[in-house]
Amino acid sequence: MYFDLSIPSQLAGALLPDLVLAIGAMLLLLYSVWGPATLARARVTGILAIVVCAASFAAVVWVWRHDATASNGIIAVDAFRWATDCIVLAATIIASTLMIDYSEREQLVSAESYVLLLLAASGMLLLAAARDLMVVFLGVELMSIASYILAGLDRRSARGAEASLKYFLLGAFSACFLLYGVALVYGATGSTDIAVIGTAVTGKTFDNPMLLAGIAMLIIGFSFKVAAVPFHMWTPDVYEGASTPVSAFMATAVKAAAFAAFLRVWIEAFPGATAAWVHPLQWLAVVTMVGGNVIALMQKNIKRMLAYSSIAHAGYLLVTVVVANQLGAAAFLFYLVAYTLATTGAFAVVIALSEPGERNESIPDYAGLWTVQPWLAAAMAVFMFALLGFPIAGGMGFFAKWYVIEAALHAPQPQTVLAVVLVLASVISAGYYLGVVLTMFMKPRPADAAAVRPVPTGTFLVISLSAFVLLLFGVLPNGFVKLAHDSVPISMVGTPAGPPVTAAAER
Amino acid sequence: MNTLVYTFHFYLFGLIAIASALAFVTRKSAVAAALWLVNTMFCLSALFVMLDAQFVAAVQVLVYAGAIMVVFLFVVMLLNLGEASEVTDIRSLGGKLTAGFVGLLMLAELFSLSRLKFPRLMGAMTDHANVVNPVSAPLFHEFLLPFEVTSVVLLVAVIGAVVLAKRGPKAQ
Repeated sequence: MYFDLSIPSQLAGALLPDLVLAIGAMLLLLYSVWGPATLARARVTGILAIVVCAASFAAVVWVWRHDATASNGIIAVDAFRWATDCIVLAATIIASTLMIDYSEREQLVSAESYVLLLLAASGMLLLAAARDLMVVFLGVELMSIASYILAGLDRRSARGAEASLKYFLLGAFSACFLLYGVALVYGATGSTDIAVIGTAVTGKTFDNPMLLAGIAMLIIGFSFKVAAVPFHMWTPDVYEGASTPVSAFMATAVKAAAFAAFLRVWIEAFPGATAAWVHPLQWLAVVTMVGGNVIALMQKNIKRMLAYSSIAHAGYLLVTVVVANQLGAAAFLFYLVAYTLATTGAFAVVIALSEPGERNESIPDYAGLWTVQPWLAAAMAVFMFALLGFPIAGGMGFFAKWYVIEAALHAPQPQTVLAVVLVLASVISAGYYLGVVLTMFMKPRPADAAAVRPVPTGTFLVISLSAFVLLLFGVLPNGFVKLAHDSVPISMVGTPAGPPVTAAAER
Repeated sequence: MNTLVYTFHFYLFGLIAIASALAFVTRKSAVAAALWLVNTMFCLSALFVMLDAQFVAAVQVLVYAGAIMVVFLFVVMLLNLGEASEVTDIRSLGGKLTAGFVGLLMLAELFSLSRLKFPRLMGAMTDHANVVNPVSAPLFHEFLLPFEVTSVVLLVAVIGAVVLAKRGPKAQ
């Protein structure tokens, strides 16, 4: 399939998964407000949201299997986009599933939450596709505005309101940085198209303060969105205050999409300007890896701990952005799959174990879980090992870290320091990941501990499937590795996209 | 000479815009702040005129200084925040004299401008009848997708406003 992006109908064809998702979300909005707001209607809305996501997922797979290509244009049609789409949509399906069970337990009637999840996801799909800084900005805004609202969805919760407001104010502030960066880069290069920017900055000496300031502003804007360390302040409060399914969604899908756009912009627009950004990004990665892990050591609340853990993982992912080549992109995708599964799984266990009103969420509450809920404890152990990057027991998590280190060491300029820091930071992270495992397996269950409720079906499915996939592809990673390796941005494959006629002639 | 006039006006409107923006964020009264913002918008539209983008300048005044600010002031008044007496910041004699001086300065400028012609920054675009085309053509061709996505962003904002502002499930 070949799409000529300058023709609107073919542009729509290239946006098929995005359109399915966005139109589905709007129809779902109609359905959700058509009748009285009841728990039953919210539940049906949630199930329909999963159906819409699955349809969009099917569209992604369909286009991917047909090896779609396109002319150079405002969006990319390449395997990197489809792979990111799959990760984002899977995370959205998981978050919706968790949301259905969570709303039932908390008696939270909000059918709109599923609509907002879908609209946020369509912003993420756009981010995965964006080859123009303007589309990047709009995708970030679409995703972020929906997330601000999702964070404050439970209006009975004061912490939720605080999280929402904090997220909104800091998010708006960071959007200013991003937008100013876009404007300055446009001023320096005369285009917002990242391919044109790429040719404009190549081979220049970097004494143009406008371009340097623009790149710096873009780094700051993206760092806010992916929660890298000096710009991470909002993360723990927001993840703790928001309802747990939303936290899971923000820790995985939001981060994945923001990182995908970050990586694509860096790979396609600024490879010629490496000298300008490589040192700041290296420092950012180091500070994020070390800072996130050290602060996570001191957390008592499991959601806060997972928030700092997600910051630390942002640091590991930043290493792939610093590398910014084909190997880095492949390692990035593989890492993202492992991280998404492990993090959503861990949040699902938190939902299964917490009491209404989000109580029972501190790490000591998990003492002796092995004696009452052995499967839940075992699954949580898998997720913790995966996040730690432990071999065998951590499944894909080990290979994910392995490939990031490999990408760092085999880069044109080997990032040995980053690889060493990554390993050291992982050793630090053992302190809190293994702490949870020890608490679950070694500590005795306190006599006054609350009885664990039966785990709802949806949550159970999420937990068991995540753990299963992590372990399965930990044993047989080859297929996944090959898939990740083939899924790099089109600009790196080295074949400029052309009409199918010439492609056939070449063969 | 023309370049000098151009530079002078660029700095004049630019500095007024920045000063107004500063005043906008430092005023205590919301109404005064809003009026300073209107001032900023006017200066920005003047800069757009100097770039030969008359259409954008007109839209800037109509949409930002006009529609959005009126709605904003309505909200402020409905919320009953500012006192009517706080609307103006010019109360002292010095302030009044300064205002009069600025008025005279602008009048003198108007006279001098009527004799001069602005240099064209973008020489190619001299067809004054067709000032909308340079804005609309990229909007509906090159940037069609961002244009459409903007509507989805606005939809999300509307949903958010309704969801967060409606009466809660268990109204406290």
